[in-house]
Amino acid sequence: MNERIVAKRPADTDTGARRGVPAARPAPEAPIPPTTEAEKKAPHVRPGDRIFRGLATGSGVFIVVLIGAIGLFLLIQAIPSLALDKVNFLTSREWSTGDVNNMRYGILDLLLVTVVSSAFALLIAMPIALGIALFLTQYAPRRLARPFAYVIDLLAAVPSIIYGLWGLFVLGPVLTPIGQWLTSTLGFIPLFAEGNVSIEFGGTIFTAGIVLAVMILPIITAVTREVFDRTPPAHVEGAIALGATKWEVVRTTVLPFGKAGYVSASMLGLGRALGETIALTIILSATGTAFGWSLFDGGATFASKIALAAPEFNDPRSAGAYIAAGLVLFVLTFLVNAAARSIVAGHKEYE
Amino acid sequence: MKTKRHGAVIGLIAAGALLLTACGSDNNAPAGGSAATGTSSTPVECGGKSKLNAEGSTAQKNAIDTFIQAYQQRCPGSDVAYNASGSGAGVKNFNGGQVDFGGSDSPLKADEVTKAAERCQGNPAWHLPLVFGPVAIGYKLEGVTDLVLNGEVTAKIFNGAVKKWNDPAIAALNSGASLPDKDIKVVYRSDESGTTDNFQLYLQAASKGAWTQGAGKQFKGGVGEGKEKSAGVAQAAGSVDGAITYVELSSAQDNKLSMARIDTGSGPVELTTETVGKAIDGATVKGSGNDIVLDLNSIYATTASGAYPLLLATYEIVCSKGYDADTAKAVKAFLTVAATDGQAGLADAGYAPVPKPFQDKLLTAIKAIA
Repeated sequence: MNERIVAKRPADTDTGARRGVPAARPAPEAPIPPTTEAEKKAPHVRPGDRIFRGLATGSGVFIVVLIGAIGLFLLIQAIPSLALDKVNFLTSREWSTGDVNNMRYGILDLLLVTVVSSAFALLIAMPIALGIALFLTQYAPRRLARPFAYVIDLLAAVPSIIYGLWGLFVLGPVLTPIGQWLTSTLGFIPLFAEGNVSIEFGGTIFTAGIVLAVMILPIITAVTREVFDRTPPAHVEGAIALGATKWEVVRTTVLPFGKAGYVSASMLGLGRALGETIALTIILSATGTAFGWSLFDGGATFASKIALAAPEFNDPRSAGAYIAAGLVLFVLTFLVNAAARSIVAGHKEYE
Repeated sequence: MKTKRHGAVIGLIAAGALLLTACGSDNNAPAGGSAATGTSSTPVECGGKSKLNAEGSTAQKNAIDTFIQAYQQRCPGSDVAYNASGSGAGVKNFNGGQVDFGGSDSPLKADEVTKAAERCQGNPAWHLPLVFGPVAIGYKLEGVTDLVLNGEVTAKIFNGAVKKWNDPAIAALNSGASLPDKDIKVVYRSDESGTTDNFQLYLQAASKGAWTQGAGKQFKGGVGEGKEKSAGVAQAAGSVDGAITYVELSSAQDNKLSMARIDTGSGPVELTTETVGKAIDGATVKGSGNDIVLDLNSIYATTASGAYPLLLATYEIVCSKGYDADTAKAVKAFLTVAATDGQAGLADAGYAPVPKPFQDKLLTAIKAIA
């Protein structure tokens, strides 16, 4: 046993040198002078290395430039229209862009509807995704876990227009009696109060949020499952050795280890929910009245509002109003992702 | 080996898809059967440019598709590519010379007229209203299937002044009908659309001052809730008791909505090909000569008996002169087919074919294009 390990060492050192690690470590046996000298002469970069490094750096720079360009484009397109806005862009609830000489638009309602519907979706999807991920990694027999995981990933492949139609035609009518019951019994809570659209049409944030939850479920589940799967076996075995039950193992090893990954997965799902377009244009009922903090309100999110108006963008000035709204969504998504990053960065165990 | 097998599977799927699509587009050809205007005898001089380019209004997309089918039947080998990117884009690209004719929901504005004349080598551009789409006031109300409304009451319903189905204003128009004590649930288009614009223009013209909200592509009534596109509003209105909406005829029929008859002052008028045709015939033309710009208010505010006032008119914008010979020939051939054979298929697509006298007016104009 021992001998074999010793015999392996020189090979290890060799690989280290090939990878470009400075050969500071003296080789214990059989030094290979040619290699060392070659490295001293030419600074140890091979063409393959250089190309790969170039490609990787290029990709990195490309995506940063692309995102910067998107931000810049949105800003440039939005500024002329923002100058024409007759009301406060951030605090107004109006949206009227038809007459370019009297454009009155603000994003407050769009922002609230976007955030509330996404947050509601997240609230539903997070616990379910956690349950699924735990089941797949800890409880399900291996043979069952893999096909099960595939099926969940398949949910992510369903086009969002299908979710939209399903939400409108199937889920909406099913939820109508539930919604009516909620408003009549829990109506004193603002969140369940009677909204500004009629529940029978199914176009409420309640319906939309549930559909969104189904849509982001596979994303959260897939990432969380991967993270939980990577719990160091030593931790798990240690817990078992100390006499922990299955639930205690999950609580003391899997959850602490995977928490950061789980949160970051949820943020990823939230990003998807914030930007979801087609399903929401189909489901959500537009309304002329302001958002009143009820789940049974209608309205429009940033993305759905833009999608609804896009086919009739005839004037760059009114189109700019929508682009300005898009810019806010861009910033919002950026903030959500930044939050996710900081959570992951704050946890050393997820590295 | 593995990739090869995958490749074979993908190939098979692709081939299958091709086969299916090929089947799908097969039996669309015979659309000219139920000829309403029945003038396939009109001679068409085929030839010229084999593929015309056109762009514009989304409202007339399906009508143009019908026209193109008829055109290909009459003139084998000829084709038109219509890009439904919106009226604004259509006018812009027509004026820029990128497309041979434009489609627009509204007539050209003053500065656009000047630009269009430049594009046509100094000749004026003409408006040809080839596509008319009737708009139904569709509703669903249990026990009531023959509702009568007028412009004023419709305006009050859609701006929230009338909230209940048994409101005296509605009852006055429907003596004898038992109207339930239910809330009126207004459904409107949440997307920006020419239908909304025309509906609001109608309310403005026909409501005797009850509609003060103005027009535009966004609904301004301030009541009810918005659904996406014609299909969305019709589906929503058809699924909830007490709902009312404005929607193109075909969508109203698809969703089995009851359609209100409109009382323009000389008795309730049902939405039919004849009543719409009568309204078109009664329209006054604002343009001069062959430039057929319609005065929509003359349609919306009509009091002629048997004329259905609520409809959407869309134009083809063409050069009166200034095309090269090849293009002119093809444009004339296409428009001739559109005004004759093409109109026959329109009823199935949810539009209204133009009546005979109006058709003659169009054909005279088309013939004059050089």
